[in-house]
Amino acid sequence: MTGAQTPLPCWVDIVLIPLANVTLAFLVAGLIVLAIGENPLLAIRVMIAGALGDSEGVGYTLYYATNFIFTGLAVALAFHAGLFNIGGEGQAYIGGLGIGLVLLAGGRYLSFSVLLPLAVLAGAGFGAAWALVPAYLQAYRGSHIVITTIMFNFLAAALMVYLMVNVLIAPGSMSPESREFGPAAHLPFIHDVLASIGIKLTGTPLNLSLVLAIALCVFVWLLLWHTPLGFELRTVGHSETAAVYAGVRPRRIIIIAMCLSGAMAGFVGLNEIMGVHHRLLLNFTAGYGFTGIAVALMGRNHPFGIILASILFGILSQGGTELAFTIPTLTRDMIVVIQGLVILFSGALSQLSRPWFEWLFSLLQRQAPAVRGA
Amino acid sequence: MEDGFAIVVLTLSATLRVATPLILGAMAGLFSERSGIIDISLEGKMLASAFAAATVAALSDSAWIALGAGILIAGAFALVHGYACITQKGNQVVSGIALNILASGLTIVLGNAWFHRGGQTPNLPAGGRFMAIDLPGAVALRDVPVVGRLYHQLISGHNLIVYAALLAVPLTHWMVNNTRFGLRLRAVGENPQAVDTAGISVAWLRFRAVLLGGLLTGTAGTYLAIAQNAGFSRDMTAGQGYIALTALIFGKWRPYPALGACLMFGLLDAIAIRLQGVRVAGIGEVPVQLIQALPYLLTVILLAGFIGKAVAPKAAGVPYVKER
Amino acid sequence: MLTEANRRGAVPAGGGTPPPSAIELRHIEKRFGAVHANRDVSLSVSPGSITGIVGENGAGKSTLMSILFGFYQADSGEILIDGKPVNIGSSGAAIALGIGMVHQHFVLVDTFTVLENIMLGAEGGPLLRRGAAAARQEVARLEREYGLGVDPEALISALPVGALQRVEILKALYRRAKILILDEPTGVLTPQETDQLFRILSALRSRGTTVILITHKLREIMAATDAVYVMRAGAIVAHRRTADTDPAELAELMVGRKVRLTLDKAAGRYGAAALVAESLSLRDERGVTRVDNASFQIRTGEIVAIAGVSGNGQSELLEMLAGIRPPTSGRFTANHREVTAETPCNPAEMRVIGVAHIPEDRHRLGLVSAFVASESAILGYQRDTAYTRYLLLIKQILMRHCAMLMERFDVRPRAPMLRSANFSGGNQQKLIIARELAREPKILLIGQPTRGVDIGAIEFIHRQLILRREAGCAILLVSVELDEVMALADRILVMCGGRIVGDLPADEADERKLGLLMANAQGREASETTAVTAIGPGS
Repeated sequence: MTGAQTPLPCWVDIVLIPLANVTLAFLVAGLIVLAIGENPLLAIRVMIAGALGDSEGVGYTLYYATNFIFTGLAVALAFHAGLFNIGGEGQAYIGGLGIGLVLLAGGRYLSFSVLLPLAVLAGAGFGAAWALVPAYLQAYRGSHIVITTIMFNFLAAALMVYLMVNVLIAPGSMSPESREFGPAAHLPFIHDVLASIGIKLTGTPLNLSLVLAIALCVFVWLLLWHTPLGFELRTVGHSETAAVYAGVRPRRIIIIAMCLSGAMAGFVGLNEIMGVHHRLLLNFTAGYGFTGIAVALMGRNHPFGIILASILFGILSQGGTELAFTIPTLTRDMIVVIQGLVILFSGALSQLSRPWFEWLFSLLQRQAPAVRGA
Repeated sequence: MEDGFAIVVLTLSATLRVATPLILGAMAGLFSERSGIIDISLEGKMLASAFAAATVAALSDSAWIALGAGILIAGAFALVHGYACITQKGNQVVSGIALNILASGLTIVLGNAWFHRGGQTPNLPAGGRFMAIDLPGAVALRDVPVVGRLYHQLISGHNLIVYAALLAVPLTHWMVNNTRFGLRLRAVGENPQAVDTAGISVAWLRFRAVLLGGLLTGTAGTYLAIAQNAGFSRDMTAGQGYIALTALIFGKWRPYPALGACLMFGLLDAIAIRLQGVRVAGIGEVPVQLIQALPYLLTVILLAGFIGKAVAPKAAGVPYVKER
Repeated sequence: MLTEANRRGAVPAGGGTPPPSAIELRHIEKRFGAVHANRDVSLSVSPGSITGIVGENGAGKSTLMSILFGFYQADSGEILIDGKPVNIGSSGAAIALGIGMVHQHFVLVDTFTVLENIMLGAEGGPLLRRGAAAARQEVARLEREYGLGVDPEALISALPVGALQRVEILKALYRRAKILILDEPTGVLTPQETDQLFRILSALRSRGTTVILITHKLREIMAATDAVYVMRAGAIVAHRRTADTDPAELAELMVGRKVRLTLDKAAGRYGAAALVAESLSLRDERGVTRVDNASFQIRTGEIVAIAGVSGNGQSELLEMLAGIRPPTSGRFTANHREVTAETPCNPAEMRVIGVAHIPEDRHRLGLVSAFVASESAILGYQRDTAYTRYLLLIKQILMRHCAMLMERFDVRPRAPMLRSANFSGGNQQKLIIARELAREPKILLIGQPTRGVDIGAIEFIHRQLILRREAGCAILLVSVELDEVMALADRILVMCGGRIVGDLPADEADERKLGLLMANAQGREASETTAVTAIGPGS
């Protein structure tokens, strides 16, 4: 028998320990802020005010959160199949490319109701395709998916630079951007939708892709825990031998999981390209793919946790912009630091706080002897 | 012909210089992975130590103290990775990625706060860098046809860390195969229970392996910042940590084949730089992005094509739990 | 509870002051959370003897041995070696005190040679070359003295299982073990290899080494030991001189009640052949032949058992029949569906045909440890429309299904939401058996059904198999436990080196005959004749 631990109630595992992990991450981040001579408490106040203080801040926060939901779901889904998809950045980039191509081709003469499903399909398809090669290599050649997806991130960046500079650049433009798509190729902004029913809010980039993000959360939840495919996917993630025993083909599952994952990352393009910029440009992924890893781990790979974690990182992103104005030494790179710390404490050091909780609970149990039935 | 020979020698010489951080990284990864700890964080350790070395070099004007700082910082990262993987039995890949992201952000945050140059460190004075060394007799033999040129430009004329990297390979080979530490290292990567039941501490053995890795990556990062270049810039490792890991895998976790793979990457890079701006028959000018992407493409091809039968150390990636 | 009568057995004949015990435990206690693994364990082992510790799975033997070898520390109690109290804080400390252990699952490095494995931990200096020369000499001496013939330069991956055990013993002796503990040593040995092991143990005893033998096999206790301690539910319940006791008494002491050593089995009513294998062969990825021309058939209502030590192709044969691996050549027919290399079948299809598979390794194949019981209860059947509505798996249906299984097959605790890993070994096995038997399969493939399972569950499982047999199921049983094979089977096949070397009705089989077949001692002519009889209608 393995050394058994004091059994902790299930809500400790699901709520307390993840909270403890995040708190530890922020504590260390605070120490770093102190070390470079700034006031972490002031920083937190500025960030929260900037992110949640007014409707504009909230709008921006939710806009960032939309991207994090997409990439977080992508990482989480792959994790459940036992795969560590670091390629969200590249898959989002290429997914956006697909959307941009569709909208460039048809944005001027097709209607919105035709363009939207096409864009969704393109984003999903291109994102899935960019994940397909690493998936195939892992499934059939045993190539470590972490390294291949990271390489594909670099390759996506190189490809996009080449395409934007040499092929897709708008004629006469100084910067590597494509031309505008056309009015039918815009995803409506939320503030516009609300204005049409009488609610006036300051304009933010928040758009209808948020709806897709939430819908995707429900979809992933249903898929993973309430369908045979999800059952098989999780089985492969836990034990490939048990999966084979159960009549599952692990290679097939690896490919399906990665393609679904890539597709979801590709939807970042829907938010950025169709929802905000309305043109193809460089670097619209801005590190969302990597934040997705932190979001997935913090949310324990569950869609509901991912929504919460995405909002937190949305606050960090929007708050971070405000922070950079007020305290110039704390640039957006501080957000990257927090990301790394969250991944470290939620992912690798996730059981760090467990002994403290066990000690706490054994104290409480000694004080109130439990009356248990046999 | 003269010209062609010169180009070959210069290219080979460049190969050595480009391959040096890869070689050091691969040897670092070798110690770690042979002990059973997957180390994806080579990239982050290199980056962090590059920053540390550049910073200390700028402040202290001494390349040697900077090297010490680089090794120290890489060692600190290695300790964190070791603690997460060995003591906390956490997911080793996640820990590695976390450290890489952390390094990426922290180097800029600290660099910006201390030097206010958007992440770059100040330019380094000569004392703060490792400069090229001329081996004895190199200058004198320079004009001897073929051999003299080879000796002067290819074998001599590199800085100290290049030679150290090349020396690290036979040293690693000897350590792993002929010493008690090496025997135990190989054992703990295949069957940690065998080591535990023989009365040897699995954790201490793995920590030593990871720290050795820190020493080597620290040297690699220092090389990048103060030998190959003259300072630190944002994300300057550009994936070399991952490429070093790929070279290690392609070399089946053995020192000399890994060296071969690193040299191959170095050669490719050196050739690619020469191809910039050159018109290739039938294709026209090679796009600069393709040249930049070549190492990453090669990595994918290597991992895809030939790895089929390579068998990683059996216990790699699995935290050791006393199972009874 | 040690009574005076029990204690008498521990006093060596000859009278006078007995020498201090080689090793003595006093009031050892160990808990893991709610589990009381060792309760007030006190025992004393005479030097230069072979003492057995017997008990069923879960009785606490492994925990006790882990304490002796430094893996765990006891919560309270004392350990004395040669009369002096000691503290065994780690394996290193145990080795330094002269305790050596031969583990149940070998702890050898496959890629090393025998010599390198023996040297590990005692290399004789930081550089290997010098230590290796001295080690070679010492190993040669040990081999001569104790009859442990193994080539020191051989790679572990190339050695047969019996040789591996000798390497483990050499390891312990090389570290100067005065007390040798063997944990379930004969699970992987043929009867002949077991005899050889006991001869080695005798040689050790005659040279003053103290041997402790941990096992659940009563026959071995009787054959090899001088004295035996019986453990039950974490405590020592008896101490006997082996000469003064017998298997029936030991079994009763182990379980706490009278144990039926035989099963109630009605005469067989056999029907048509349900599973027919013809010249089945399997070559693995490295080109090694694992199953060589296996031919046999199983009729409805018949239990055919494959006896044999693990590693002779039984596992691979099961995998082929379950659809996990396609055959390299030959074919088999299950319920009229023919499977060949060209027309392979996967496990999902096999289930549809009516073949159920209870795997040898329940942790790696039969369950997903992280899943809750209600999910493990549909492993393999997740696409069955009985569990879904509008393409979704419905939780209530799964819970009800799992509760039903638990009730029918006595799986405890009755908690469908409990993680599969938190059930005991016996209950995990019962859950898997419940899952497969509840489907009333026509063909049942089952491997090592009672490995790591307590006696109560063993009796239950055997009864369920007999019930299935009476219901007309064709059952293929693979087991290393000869007792189980002889109790359950109608016909017994013996596999050796991937080939079926024996096929005989159960009432004609005894341990000696089966043992000889397993060691393939009858030579080629005999195995050819047995191969011919194996293809024809059985019995």
